[in-house]
Amino acid sequence: MITNTHYMLLSAALFMIGVVGVMVRRNIIIIFMSIELILNAVNINLIAFSAQLQNAVGQVFAIFVIAVAAAEAAVGLGIILAFYRNKETINIDEMNLMRW
Amino acid sequence: MRYIWLIPLLPGIGAAVNGVLGIRSFSRRMAGAVAVTTMTAALALSLLAFWQLLGLPGDARAYDVTIADWIPPIPLATHDAIGLFHVTWGFRLDPLSGMMLLVVTGIGTLIHVYSTAYMADEPRGGVARFFCYLNLFCFFMLMLVLGNNFLVMFVGWEGVGLCSYLLIGYWYEKKSASDAGKKAFITNRIGDWGFILGVFLIYYTFGTLDFRAVQNAANTMPIEAAGFGVLSTICLLLFIGATGKSAQIPLYVWLPDAMEGPTPVSALIHAATMVTAGVYMLGRNAVLFQHAPQVMTIVAIVGVLTALMAASIGLVQNDIKRVLAYSTVSQLGYMFTAMGVGAFSAGAFHLMTHAFFKALLFLGSGSVIHAMGGEQDMRRMGNLKKYMPVTFATMMIGTLAIAGIVPFSGFFSKDEILFQAFLHNKAVWVVAVVTAAMTAFYMFRLMSMTFFGAYRGPAWESASHGAVAVAAAHGVPHPADPHAHGHGGQPTHEVSHGPSDTGLGHHAQAISHQPSAISHDAAVHDHGGGHGHGHWHGPHESPSPMTYPLMVLAVGAIVAGFVGVPAALGGGNTIEHFLEPSFTAERSDSGIADRGGRTAEPADIRNPQSAIPNESEPHASTGVELGLMAFSLLVAVAGISVAYKCYVTSPEISERLAERFAGAHRTLTNKYYVDELYNATVISGTMASGRGLWTFDRQVVDGAVNGTGWLTVISSFFSGVTDRSVVDGMVNLVGWIVQESSLAFRRVQTGLVQNYALLMLFGIFAFVGLYLFVR
Repeated sequence: MITNTHYMLLSAALFMIGVVGVMVRRNIIIIFMSIELILNAVNINLIAFSAQLQNAVGQVFAIFVIAVAAAEAAVGLGIILAFYRNKETINIDEMNLMRW
Repeated sequence: MRYIWLIPLLPGIGAAVNGVLGIRSFSRRMAGAVAVTTMTAALALSLLAFWQLLGLPGDARAYDVTIADWIPPIPLATHDAIGLFHVTWGFRLDPLSGMMLLVVTGIGTLIHVYSTAYMADEPRGGVARFFCYLNLFCFFMLMLVLGNNFLVMFVGWEGVGLCSYLLIGYWYEKKSASDAGKKAFITNRIGDWGFILGVFLIYYTFGTLDFRAVQNAANTMPIEAAGFGVLSTICLLLFIGATGKSAQIPLYVWLPDAMEGPTPVSALIHAATMVTAGVYMLGRNAVLFQHAPQVMTIVAIVGVLTALMAASIGLVQNDIKRVLAYSTVSQLGYMFTAMGVGAFSAGAFHLMTHAFFKALLFLGSGSVIHAMGGEQDMRRMGNLKKYMPVTFATMMIGTLAIAGIVPFSGFFSKDEILFQAFLHNKAVWVVAVVTAAMTAFYMFRLMSMTFFGAYRGPAWESASHGAVAVAAAHGVPHPADPHAHGHGGQPTHEVSHGPSDTGLGHHAQAISHQPSAISHDAAVHDHGGGHGHGHWHGPHESPSPMTYPLMVLAVGAIVAGFVGVPAALGGGNTIEHFLEPSFTAERSDSGIADRGGRTAEPADIRNPQSAIPNESEPHASTGVELGLMAFSLLVAVAGISVAYKCYVTSPEISERLAERFAGAHRTLTNKYYVDELYNATVISGTMASGRGLWTFDRQVVDGAVNGTGWLTVISSFFSGVTDRSVVDGMVNLVGWIVQESSLAFRRVQTGLVQNYALLMLFGIFAFVGLYLFVR
């Protein structure tokens, strides 16, 4: 029987994979994908609780998160394109213009 | 008479019209017409006013008109109180100013008429400018004459000086003319300095500047016979003013040079009117001078010395106008002599007669100069009586008048002066008689060299008959001047201006050159009566606008003396009684004034020094007076006959004399080296002190300024260094400290997003850890 605990463990695992991906990877596309992982880990949590509590609000939230993620992906990919045109790279270490 | 202020105003209007409109747009005729009309109107008004003045009783012949306040009353300290300094535009007509009024307007009008012809060859704008100045001069002169206080008189006094400067420098492109103008103006300024100081002192002493009030106040003061008090100081200062304006020693040097101006100007300003302003001013303040006998003595001595010195210089001058100029200085000396010996009315009388005959002589000389095509040197004239009979006759009358031959005006006025001088001071009389002899001599020398003898001037170009024929027709030995001939009747006529090119001609030629054929014919007719334009065709009589004033003045020179026929000759000496009230204080001034009034013994006031006991009796016998007259007549005739002998009958005498007394002759020709003396002392002294002051200015004043600048540069250099090192250093130090101390902290801001995210993660871990485990 798959319980809520299983869902939460899956969610936590996905979250941690996403966080570690964000922290350690240098390719900005990979970082982006890691962020998507984080968001979807959250979505799993929301839906799991929604099913358990018989409350549709969680599902609505999940759909919102997907929409926001899509928008965020659009904006982020635009920034990445602009950055690439300027620097000919997508290495995150080169993105240090806000340094002291 | 209420409108006497219009008399000066009319020429003023004429000057304004000619000055504003005339110079740009009037024709010569129009400019002359404006000037002559205004002067004629002024003359008519003057005659009317004078007629009304004569209608008043003898003692009340004075009329004051105040048209406006000039300086409203303001408090100003006098020597003993705070007075009110109040000056009005006041005009006063009394016998003395009435006489001057007639002289100025009468002779002024004649000279305006004369000028219309004399200046006819000038360019159009120049004629308007000339008439503008001439009218302006009359305006100021009438102001001077009519003013009833010192300040109005001073306005006129300065104004005539200005006009004199403008008119002497009329041909301002000629350096000698503009120099002469400056010389006249600056010399006059020295006199004006004395005059204005005198006016200051008069206000300080009397608290008023009104002539009548000052006279009445002065009349109550004691006569300063022994000491040199305030009245004497005033009179001396006023006399300094008079020496400048009336060309007396030591300030006479400008008048001979003033002859650079056009001749009508010399006649009007430097003979008849302006130069007599000093004499008039002394007469105006007769009461003051009577209270300063020592100054009177100075006046008499200066006057008689000037007369002698100028006459002696006049003996050897060759420029016709210069002779007349020195003659004017000399005659002015006579007038001052008269003033100085207390014979104020004799001086004023001589002023009037002199105005007539000297204006006549100057205008006559102008006519001669005009006829000779600008030539002024008498050595290049001669026998002109053949060509210009009217000029000759009128000038002869003027000469007889100035020499003092019996029925002519100069005789009466000069003898009156000589007589008064004889009564007063024998030494003065002797010098004056010597001067009279010299006067007769140099005037007849002038006449002889100009009108008698052989013609010595340049030959002139004939019309179509050839020079020889015309010269022969005029009975002149043909002058041997080779390049003057050969053009007669040839078509190249216009290239030759005739030999007058070699003369000093400056206005007669070079004005208009018509095509040769026309001028040829016109010139032939000109020779008869007109004045030649362009070509000089020998001496000729001047046109009628020039000869008529000469005739009128000649009549004046004859009859002007008859108003002053002395009692010894059966006359009433009308002018003396007429002028008397102007020289005394008011009778109505109660008991004190009686001392000066006519009720007192006249001699007491007219000759204050005669109060000194050992002075000769003023009422000398008629016999003495007649004897003196005969003697001075004899002296004049002697002078005339010597001159005639030296210059007509046997001209070689004068040359022999000149060689024999070469030293004296040279001294006289060089005018006693007075100009050189002034150059060496006063002028170079002024220049040296000016240069000294300039050096002081450059070294000390400029040095101080430059030193200040240098100090500023130095101090600002140091303050700049301080600013850069200390102030900037402190600011930079603060910045540097902040920068260095921030080194450790700023490393946190890496700009790497992942670092920030990591930190956030650690933060979350920390807070969650706290929440879970510490709680």
